[in-house]
Amino acid sequence: MSFLELNKVTKIYPNGTKAVHETSMNVENGEFMVFVGPSGCGKSTLLRMIAGLEDITEGYINLDGILINKVDPSERDVAMVFQNYALYPHMNVYNNLAYGLKNRGISKEDIEKKVNEAAKLLQISEYLQRKPSMLSGGQRQRVAMGRAIVRNPKIFLFDEPLSNLDAKLRIQMRLEIKKLQQKVGVTSIFVTHDQVEAMTLADRLAVINNGLIEQLGTPIEIYNNPKSMFVAGFIGSPQMNFLEGELKNKTLTSEGFEINNVTSDFNGPVILGIRPEHMSQTDKGLINLSVDLVEQLGSDNLIYGEIKNKKDFCFRCPGSQIIKKGSKLSLNINDNNYYVFDKSNGNRVN
Amino acid sequence: MKIKFSQILAHIVLILGVLLMVIPIWLSFASSTHDTITILKEGMQFGLGDQLTRNYNEVLNEKGGWSEEVTAAKMFINSFIMALGIATLKVIISAMSAYALVYFRFKFAVPIFWLIFITLLVPLEVRIFPSYKIVSDLGLTNSYTGLVLPLVASATATFFFRQFYKTIPDELLESAKLDGANSWRFFIDFLVPLSKTMIAAMFIFMFVYGYSQYLWPLIMTTSEEYWTVVMGMKIIFTESYEGVALPRTAERFAYIILSMIPPVLVVVFLQKWFIKGLIQTEK
Ligand SMILES: Nc1ncnc2c1ncn2[C@@H]1O[C@H](COP(=O)(O)OP(=O)(O)OP(=O)(O)O)[C@@H](O)[C@H]1O
Ligand SMILES: [Mg+2]
Repeated sequence: MSFLELNKVTKIYPNGTKAVHETSMNVENGEFMVFVGPSGCGKSTLLRMIAGLEDITEGYINLDGILINKVDPSERDVAMVFQNYALYPHMNVYNNLAYGLKNRGISKEDIEKKVNEAAKLLQISEYLQRKPSMLSGGQRQRVAMGRAIVRNPKIFLFDEPLSNLDAKLRIQMRLEIKKLQQKVGVTSIFVTHDQVEAMTLADRLAVINNGLIEQLGTPIEIYNNPKSMFVAGFIGSPQMNFLEGELKNKTLTSEGFEINNVTSDFNGPVILGIRPEHMSQTDKGLINLSVDLVEQLGSDNLIYGEIKNKKDFCFRCPGSQIIKKGSKLSLNINDNNYYVFDKSNGNRVN
Repeated sequence: MKIKFSQILAHIVLILGVLLMVIPIWLSFASSTHDTITILKEGMQFGLGDQLTRNYNEVLNEKGGWSEEVTAAKMFINSFIMALGIATLKVIISAMSAYALVYFRFKFAVPIFWLIFITLLVPLEVRIFPSYKIVSDLGLTNSYTGLVLPLVASATATFFFRQFYKTIPDELLESAKLDGANSWRFFIDFLVPLSKTMIAAMFIFMFVYGYSQYLWPLIMTTSEEYWTVVMGMKIIFTESYEGVALPRTAERFAYIILSMIPPVLVVVFLQKWFIKGLIQTEK
């Protein structure tokens, strides 16, 4: 039996919005699970049902072997970090951390010990006497984390906790969260709509679209083997290129080139997906790209251009390669790293 | 530095405002230090007289009323108790009812709120006979309970607390819940400390409201023991002169000055919070 089990969980809001459809998944003890998906896909709703902040319309949630559908949030022993941190504005940092422990009837000495430990771990010991309004965004973030850690809950829930931070701090906190989770070893669920965050943090990743889990797997699995066009387009940066085409008798025709021996029995209109990093320059390649724009990132160059009818086709090459605007490139796909999707429903067919 | 014309103007307006507020009080105080004859002959006095101790002594210690049983000091105490009771209960009750209205999404919460709000249109004076009937049926005439109880519900304060609670983000409640706080703890540990400026402000308003009640104590009390300051102002310190009750004006001024002290003290004590509560909500 898994640590956290979701069994056909459905959420319909009182106004009729169906936010989550019959979602099932298991999260193992100590695992770092990330929910990723576009805005409004139901990530927060799913998380809040696990926390007990929203009623479950249908289905079951088991945590550590206990059915928690009807268990009050205060008794579930879960901790949540909110997007805006939701620190207690009238309490100093020490009391922010201590409050949950006090409610559990833990002795004063134990509380002090635990708070000091957590504060040390998060490097907020100097701020214990300050009110949240006297802290910077990053420090508040740490306090919010500390409030979750100090209680040693069964599960951590994070709802986009990094989205209020600036880019640099975000990357730093991302790293710290990951390290911290590995150190503390608490099962965690992290919600984000940032795919880089998702890829870097997750042990396993659930890509959610319109209230449904489109794909569940390790980040690399999902990157290498997206099951649908949606997942393929969502995971990976810069985004995968999509070209229209026709598959007939294992031969794919698209935008002025042909690919033979496609491993698929599908016949009909398809979408061909190629990642910008899965191509390289050769003499007589498959794809002829006329360059419109070069973005130099330093380590890499992103080349945007046109192939036949497709604009803004992206190709990624090492930053050492000098490519000029207006030049023509000839590209090959490396190791048959391409994806074919059924045009009618977006499902992968190769 | 050059002083701007607009600054001078602003100061003039402000000074005029201060004078407007202070002069009547000063006039009352100055007049309370003269004897009644001077005031009756020459009108209110700007300068200080020499009767200060005598007048104030008399006000505090002389027994007045029809049966000559009640002193001004007793009336101050009565009014203070009444105002304190009204203000305390009003604040507690309205904070709690606003809590129920905002955080417990029970059926008809909105209609109930409007029902409470409508009672603003029905002040005590309008419902004074039914109120009197109920209080006297309960046997509460001539008691502090009777003085306080019919006045403790407050639509105004409920409204203000409700508006304030609505500005508190939901996440605060949610994370408190996850930290194991039940409804009661959330109220005590969060809403009360967060709204303490609001509580102070409401307390002052309600204290002054309770202190200046006139009609209700007048109807409620037959025993002089429960007379309040505002009632006493009309009744005591008269002198019979050829069959006509003449006011003893000097003592009355002294009485007025003394009667201002309790509310002023409340304001002074709570002022720090009170001003904050009016200007900004601490969040
Ligand atoms: N209280 C509510 N009542 C009705 N509908 C709601 C409520 N909360 C959310 N929804 C709807 O449910 C759907 C899922 O919302 P949810 O907040 O879970 O999205 P999300 O994936 O967290 O999005 P974001 O990344 O923007 O936070 C949305 O269509 C939203 O409009
Ligand atoms: Mg969300």
